[in-house]
Amino acid sequence: MNVTTNNAAASVRKDEDEAVDIGDGKALTVPPDQLELTEAELKEEITRTLTANNPHAPQNIVRYSFKATSVEDGGEVEEAGDEDRPDSVASKIDKKEPKITNQFNFSERASQTLNNPLRERSCQTEPPPRSTFSATANQWVIYDAYEKELQKQEKNKEKQKAVPSKKDDEESKKKIMPMETQHNDLTKVAHAAKILERMVSQNIFDDIAQDDLTNQGRGMLIFYTLKNPSFPEYIYPTNSGVLCLDIHEQRSYLVAVGFYDGSVAVYNLKKKGQEAVYMSTAKTGKHTDPVWQNELVFRDIITLSLDSAVSEGPEGAQLASIACGTSLDFHKHISYLFLVGTEEGKIHKCSKWYSSQFLETYPAHSTAVDAVKWNHFHPKVFISCSSDWTVKIWDHTIRTPIFTFDLKAAVSDVAWAPYSSTVFAAVTIDGTCQDSATTGTIHTVMNSQICK
Amino acid sequence: MAGTGEGKKEEADYKRLNSFPLIRHTDMPEEMRVETMELCVTACEKFATNNESAAKMIKESMDKKFGSSWHVVIGEGFGFEVTHEVKNLLYMFFGGSLAVCVWKCS
Repeated sequence: MNVTTNNAAASVRKDEDEAVDIGDGKALTVPPDQLELTEAELKEEITRTLTANNPHAPQNIVRYSFKATSVEDGGEVEEAGDEDRPDSVASKIDKKEPKITNQFNFSERASQTLNNPLRERSCQTEPPPRSTFSATANQWVIYDAYEKELQKQEKNKEKQKAVPSKKDDEESKKKIMPMETQHNDLTKVAHAAKILERMVSQNIFDDIAQDDLTNQGRGMLIFYTLKNPSFPEYIYPTNSGVLCLDIHEQRSYLVAVGFYDGSVAVYNLKKKGQEAVYMSTAKTGKHTDPVWQNELVFRDIITLSLDSAVSEGPEGAQLASIACGTSLDFHKHISYLFLVGTEEGKIHKCSKWYSSQFLETYPAHSTAVDAVKWNHFHPKVFISCSSDWTVKIWDHTIRTPIFTFDLKAAVSDVAWAPYSSTVFAAVTIDGTCQDSATTGTIHTVMNSQICK
Repeated sequence: MAGTGEGKKEEADYKRLNSFPLIRHTDMPEEMRVETMELCVTACEKFATNNESAAKMIKESMDKKFGSSWHVVIGEGFGFEVTHEVKNLLYMFFGGSLAVCVWKCS
């Protein structure tokens, strides 16, 4: 206080002489119309009270009333009022005018994030398929059904028991390709055997495909039935790969099997065991080389193997031959007569009774004879095919072929049609199958490729 | 009279002797068919006198094994027409005189 008064006093004296000193910001500047008070008056404490009254509002308002044509007293002074006091009830009542919030620096901003639009999806699964079934269950319907079933069962049993005909001079019909049939069941079995042979070959050729002919592993004999072609009906595991098989004509449950290791076995399908009924071993003179083809005739088994022996089982009588046999066929009507085709290309006509020599030899082909087949109808005619691209038709009394067909590719198999004596089919190694019909005396040959 | 009586007895014996389960019509897969057939035979043999209990046993087992819902009818004389889910129907005879029909339809 002393400082200020001194300064004030000093500056007053200066003001009188000079202009106001503005240099120092902190120094108080004294306006020129400041009251000059004595020191005693300066120290006097004056109390000031703060009221809510509007300090700017004039205390004495005079209004002129035109009605009374005179000045009226007691005009109302505009006071602050309750609305402006904070925390009072009146200030919280809804105000008529909107309050302006910070008129100098206030702006409203709003923002809304992007909401993904909503989609409705629904799905209905397809119900499991349904079907209707209706029937009647009566005593007679049931009875009839059982009767029928019993009859069917008995029929099956009868068919499996073949009637053994023991006449030796009876003509045995050969079944090379299972086309001729006697019963329905026989066809089915034969057909199944066809599939089976393919299966068997598959088992074999698997190994061959790996180029390992010498290392044939175990094989399997599998029978499928037409009634259930998806799973084999009978399975026989064998020690060696199975190369060929044939089914007995009358006793359709007997199967003769030739193995890669040269042995021959006979399986009885009716028996439950998995072993062969008869198996040829080294003792009984089995072949040393793979058995390529065997035919089950009546009760005898003729097997042909690569090592040139044509042996008759189960006795094991052997027919000596010079060359190696590759194909075999029995005459349709004359049971003891059969043809053997050799690796050298010759065809021998042999008889079961003469086991030491051939009846006839035909110089047939230049390479191995792949198949020899008697004609089903003509008792003198047979056909042969070989890898020298030719198919030849012979009369067995004549040593030269009657017809020769050049097929331009190695022929692997040939067969007569079962319905006609003049139609045969030949298969070549390039995958084509040729069907040829020959008419007897007229040497016209129709050649048509039927499938590839 | 005695002759016919004996004849009937023979017939009944004959039927009972040949009372193997005979499937009349089915479109079930092999495994399911075998299982269902064996179940029916077991149930019919167990409740030889009470078809309802046998049917109940079959139905409950089928529901548990193959899902709901199965229907079973057992009897000696009835006709029927049903809608069934494909590959879920078995109609068989058993015991020479019983017919069992099992089908699924939910």
